[in-house]
Amino acid sequence: MDTFLFIVCAIVSVGCAVNLVLQKHPISSALSLIGVMGSLAVLYLLLGAEFIAMAQMIVYGGAVMVLFIFVIMLLNAGTEKTSAKSWFAQIAGFPLLSAFVALLAFLIKVVLPPLHPVEFGSWVGGTAEAIGMLLFTKYLLPFEVTSVLILIAIIGAVVLARKEID
Amino acid sequence: MNFFIVSLIKIAIVFAVFMTTLAYLQWVERKVLAHIQSRTGPLRVGPHGLLQPLADVFKLLTKEDLLPPYVNRFFYLLAPFLAVSLALVSISIIPFGPEVNFFGTRTFMQISDLRVGILFVLALSAVSVYGIALAGWSSNNKYSLLGGLRSSAQMISYELPLTLAIVSPLLLANHLSFREIATSQAGYYLGFIPRWNIFQMPFPQIFAFIIFMIAGFAETNRLPFDLAEAENELVAGFHTEYSSMKFACFFMAEYANMVTITCVATLLFLGGWHPLFPAPYSNWVPSAIALLAAIVFFLQLRDPARKRDRFTFPVFALVALVAAVLFAIPFLQTYLVPLFWFCSKAGLLLFTYIWVRGTLPRFRYDQLMHFAWTFLFPCALLNLLATAFCVAVF
Repeated sequence: MDTFLFIVCAIVSVGCAVNLVLQKHPISSALSLIGVMGSLAVLYLLLGAEFIAMAQMIVYGGAVMVLFIFVIMLLNAGTEKTSAKSWFAQIAGFPLLSAFVALLAFLIKVVLPPLHPVEFGSWVGGTAEAIGMLLFTKYLLPFEVTSVLILIAIIGAVVLARKEID
Repeated sequence: MNFFIVSLIKIAIVFAVFMTTLAYLQWVERKVLAHIQSRTGPLRVGPHGLLQPLADVFKLLTKEDLLPPYVNRFFYLLAPFLAVSLALVSISIIPFGPEVNFFGTRTFMQISDLRVGILFVLALSAVSVYGIALAGWSSNNKYSLLGGLRSSAQMISYELPLTLAIVSPLLLANHLSFREIATSQAGYYLGFIPRWNIFQMPFPQIFAFIIFMIAGFAETNRLPFDLAEAENELVAGFHTEYSSMKFACFFMAEYANMVTITCVATLLFLGGWHPLFPAPYSNWVPSAIALLAAIVFFLQLRDPARKRDRFTFPVFALVALVAAVLFAIPFLQTYLVPLFWFCSKAGLLLFTYIWVRGTLPRFRYDQLMHFAWTFLFPCALLNLLATAFCVAVF
């Protein structure tokens, strides 16, 4: 059952990711991105990271992507036109891509330490309690620094927006 | 195997009851609104218009399903499907009662108990914006687009106070599962004040409850925050171009969201299925209320205004009597009494929804945004700070 779900979600996520690049309309691309995020959330859930899965849906699937779609709708962006493809991409594109994938596969196989196959449901450190404990003890400094960074971004946005009004 | 059978039975029951509730909620809303405005409401189809929901469903099913030629076909068809399916899913994690013994199997009165239940509901409510936003955009109509934009902006804004209001009961319960939150509110102060979160000592969560309900009104696009479908400005807002079952999907989604919000409010703030006063007495409240209803229905017969209909009220009275007897049987009480308390709390909140719709005028759009960001959000933040302080100190 877990393997079946994994295969389905992996296919959906890769399919949505390819669709995201292929689609010409911004709204279609944005929706494909939501599909990617949704299937990634299911994959997290399969691995036992329930809190991360829900946070992924709330923050990325919900807040961030709603903002994307909102802006696309507000600007009423139309279908993009395809420009003439460069001759270099047409000739060397596919061979370069396969070489890159082969290189990646080689690196994972040889350089990285041997990986154990994933067992679904064997990891239990994904509960909200466990993550909260880690965030406020082991990773306290990165956590606080990130919140300061976000605060700076918010204040920056407010300053930029105020300028426009005056 | 037992688990699958019990789950299937639970799903079937919840689905049937939920669908009926959605259909009859609309009847209740029309009736209540009518009586607020000194009208009679639906009266022709069945006694007191009780079969009106059935007639409405048939009407919607048999109407012509228009597909305007200028719409973006894929998203136009996807939007109502998204809206209704996301709205219907969240009922699956709402617990209606405690653990019960179901023919030898111990099971929860809930389809599934998620450890991150409240986050699941938040995720669904965050994603359900897409149904409305896409409907507005794909209809290729300026009124629809404005409705969709307004609704998405409103939902993003009100999600903040809603989430901040949810955090305070979570701090008190120290858990994310609805079942744990509800069970943490069992018991009574001094033997008679319930330990519900709105009566929580030393800092009652009444402010969080009010903020949650206000934000809930905005999240479900109900009056006084129904700017997304303001009739006098936008025809019908995001669903202007929809007809037949596709329109019904949006309608159903709105009512399903209402039910979810009231259930969540009941669980977070009103103690879920825990009764208002201690157990041996509160077990007889449902029977007493049903008996009272039966007597009132019988007495209605003597009302000269009811001279033409000598049939309906005795039947209602009989139904109420049967309910009173059922609620009094000790074997059934373990199932029915928690359900009664849960449903009556959620039902009261639903009635408040309809009541507010009948009495308050609509906000202007800038007032709506101003209210969310400069009043509701700081209030929710202050409330959260006070709650966190109390949790840390006491």
